[in-house]
Amino acid sequence: MNAPLRRVGVVVMVLFGLLFANLNWIQFYKADEYRNSDYNGRVQVAEYENRRGNIEAGGTAVATSKETGGKLKYLRTYPGGAKYAHMLGYKPVNLAETGIERAEDDFLAGTSDVLFANRVKDMFTGDESGGGNVLLTISKRAQDTAYDQLRNNNNGVKKGAAIAIDPRTGAVQALVSMPSFDPNPLASHDTDKATAAYNELERNPDGPLKNRALSEVLPPGSTFKIVIAAAALENGVTKETQIPAGASWTPPTSGTPIRNAAPSICPEAQVTLMNAVTESCNTGFAQLGVKLGADTVKEKARQFGFEQDDLTVGRLGEGGLTVAPSRTGAMEAPGGATDPAALAQSSIGQRDVKMTPLEGAMIAAAVAHGGKQMRPYLVKQLLGPDRTTSYDNADPRVLRRPVDDRVAADLRDMMVSVVRNGTGRNAQFNGYTVGGKTGTAQSGPGTPDHGWFIGFALDKDDKPVSAVCVVLEEAGSGGSAEAARIGGRIMQAAAADSGSR
Amino acid sequence: MTAAATPAASPATTGEQPGVRLARSRRNAELSLLLLAMVLVAAYGAIVEANMLDTVTPDFWMPAAALTLVFVGMHLVIRWLAPFADPALLPAVALLNGIGVGFLRRLDLGKAAPADRETLAIFAGTGGRQLAWTLASVMLAAGLLALMRDHRSVSRYAYTLGLAGIVLVMIPAVLPGRFSEINGAKLWIRVGGFSIQPGEFAKLALLVFFAYYLVRKREVLSLASRRILGIDFPRGRDLGPVVVVWLISLLVLVFEKDLGTSLLYFGMFVVTLYIATERVSWLLIGLVLFFGGAYLAYVLGGSVGGPFLNFYTRAEIWLDPFAEPYDRGYQLVQGLLGLGSGGLFGTGPGAGEPLEIPEVQNDFIFAGIGEEIGLFGLTALLVVYLLIVERGLRAGLAVRDSFGKLVAGGLAFTLGLQVFVIIGGISKLIPLTGQTTPFLSAGGSSLMANWLLVAVLLRVSDAARRPVTQGGGPAARPAGGPPEQLHGAPTEVIRP
Repeated sequence: MNAPLRRVGVVVMVLFGLLFANLNWIQFYKADEYRNSDYNGRVQVAEYENRRGNIEAGGTAVATSKETGGKLKYLRTYPGGAKYAHMLGYKPVNLAETGIERAEDDFLAGTSDVLFANRVKDMFTGDESGGGNVLLTISKRAQDTAYDQLRNNNNGVKKGAAIAIDPRTGAVQALVSMPSFDPNPLASHDTDKATAAYNELERNPDGPLKNRALSEVLPPGSTFKIVIAAAALENGVTKETQIPAGASWTPPTSGTPIRNAAPSICPEAQVTLMNAVTESCNTGFAQLGVKLGADTVKEKARQFGFEQDDLTVGRLGEGGLTVAPSRTGAMEAPGGATDPAALAQSSIGQRDVKMTPLEGAMIAAAVAHGGKQMRPYLVKQLLGPDRTTSYDNADPRVLRRPVDDRVAADLRDMMVSVVRNGTGRNAQFNGYTVGGKTGTAQSGPGTPDHGWFIGFALDKDDKPVSAVCVVLEEAGSGGSAEAARIGGRIMQAAAADSGSR
Repeated sequence: MTAAATPAASPATTGEQPGVRLARSRRNAELSLLLLAMVLVAAYGAIVEANMLDTVTPDFWMPAAALTLVFVGMHLVIRWLAPFADPALLPAVALLNGIGVGFLRRLDLGKAAPADRETLAIFAGTGGRQLAWTLASVMLAAGLLALMRDHRSVSRYAYTLGLAGIVLVMIPAVLPGRFSEINGAKLWIRVGGFSIQPGEFAKLALLVFFAYYLVRKREVLSLASRRILGIDFPRGRDLGPVVVVWLISLLVLVFEKDLGTSLLYFGMFVVTLYIATERVSWLLIGLVLFFGGAYLAYVLGGSVGGPFLNFYTRAEIWLDPFAEPYDRGYQLVQGLLGLGSGGLFGTGPGAGEPLEIPEVQNDFIFAGIGEEIGLFGLTALLVVYLLIVERGLRAGLAVRDSFGKLVAGGLAFTLGLQVFVIIGGISKLIPLTGQTTPFLSAGGSSLMANWLLVAVLLRVSDAARRPVTQGGGPAARPAGGPPEQLHGAPTEVIRP
């Protein structure tokens, strides 16, 4: 009986060898994968072990971490509540983080490569200095104004967005998407509550989780006329050139005539380009667009930033919030040749032309800044956990140059005329030269029109201080005038803030 | 079989030649090893406190000291009652038991509010209960050593034990669910707040019966056979009682929904049969039956469901635990993530998050410990288990009587198989089946039964290593004559 006993001994050895090999597989080969698995609660505990850094706007923390004494040591809180929700995003326990919380996660958590020296120092001193701080470009006053004005707009509109940028740098001064949401419940350590809160927001038909300022596109309406005007100015037309207009114009291949918003607008056969912009003359721009041709229109739009599908707004040069590409859409007939009807409608910002509010603000900013469009950014500075070492200071850079100085100056004059004499009067405020363009975009049969305003403000030295874009979705009649009023208030706040700086 | 060349009458032929080396009792080595093991357990407790409380309390040594008292007591009992027992068994088991108590105490600390942690009493919580169970189990094992002065005497009660084993296995199946069911497995007898797992003890009783019966029948089983396809198969009637016992236990286990124990009994049965008959055919039949049965159960579970659904579900979880990571696969996934998080060296005792794994104190204790001591620590624990198993088999090799060989070999293998089944289960090597991890898992029944198993191994190894000249222990039979029930047992049969 000894021979089988010995063999049984060998069998046991083999079984244990299998266990050993399998443990090697799990604890060595697969260890990293399991350690960082989404299902691994230890990842969270480790994440909440150190104090996450602040996100600050204008010297105030808008995202901060509070000690809890629980298993997850810190609770992420957003003192600004819904006001900053769309740019900050949120840092939930069990869901994916969003916004700046996601884009600057490494630095906020203190695990970023640039904070390596800091971690080594902590190891020796035994301190736990936690994560770094992110300073936003946001102007607190402009953000407050944008949020309050948009929320309490005179037209009772529930959906919309506003964004203001500094034309000289591209720094975002205000960013609001409406309706907004309170990110605090989403960061709750009670993951069931957080999930319930998320699901409720997700189910809301008004889409409060959408960042309408950056990631939603709408037909820009007449604000797109600035792009057509720029193309015209580069193709032999001047401010004073008489262009064909009229009360109604029917493109060659279409049975549907293009009309103006009111009979009082450019009924004469010819108007100057200046007046066409000021009054927002549809028939004039439809004909102008068809005359320029689809390729020219598309190319000019592209030069202003349309079709860019990799733009992000965050830290300059690296990551950030994704921006949806603005599109000019198809203007061809089924055969492939340009469809004049489509081109005509596209030229007044309808049909398949779609734009983000950020793109609107960037068009206005380029006009205000002598034709130079700056790369937009949200993060001004990365500040170390000790609050003295600065790791990344934003260095503004030119993104592209859609028009030259001369064309920019003409466009500026025309946009100033819009606010001074035309459709954008509501945007006017004291002490600054304000220019802009309103837009009323048809959103579909039976749905009220969207009201747009893009604009800029120049100080008394003609230096641009702010460029803005406001959109009120399904605002109906008077929407663009209200958008212009809100745009003016936001720029006024931004100008006051930059003046006091 | 080499025995054919030596005189059949000599009892020494079946065992290893008792040399001078074996004549030494090595009790002092056992004591040193035991103390070393207890130092490790105390160090483990200290590190746990350092990691969890940021300080080591002045009382950190108390659980280790209590364990040391208990185990040194056992050591003294062994000196008195089984002076030639294998010196490695007790320290190895004591180390596992001590780490188990230490880890369970660590879980209690993790569950306690941070403010209460420093004042956690020594007998508080699961760890404290495990400490108390250890005391009871060791006393029981000592009692068994005292009662059973010669392992062969047990064979007198073989049929009684066999019957007792069947009854023990059947009680939970017959009892209404509220008295017997915990977490879906009907394995328990619950009276008041107290629950025992009779199956753990039935394992021992059934093995003794198997061993006795096979020793009596081994000539018949080895010789009277029919040759089919070149393999010798035994006659049906010779196997009747064993097959009946096996079938009953298996059927009952299907009703108790406990695959692990069923697998364990089956393995135990096939291996004792193989050791007794030396027929490889038994292993082949066993393997084919087992894998065929498992596959059939999987297919039936997928198509028919019913009683096979449980196994089908477990197999599905095993194939892809991450398919339903928050549902059916949750426990296994968390176990794997725990093991993976530990990596090579682990987080250190007390520094991990073993409580992320549901029921970590029972089936998944190895994963919980593995997170904190890493691959290196787990490998050490595996080696300790392997040591116990191989020492048990060695006792079987060295002991002179067939009954002792079968009992020691069978028990040692069963222990090894149980370790394989549960650790393989939690590490996704094989489908997970509910089993306790011997000496580590929380629970009195498992601890007691395994300590009894160790007592039997100690007794057999004592008999194996006892010098022939000494003529046996206090209960030795005159002139080493075989007991009546085992007539012819040590006789080797010469096969052509």
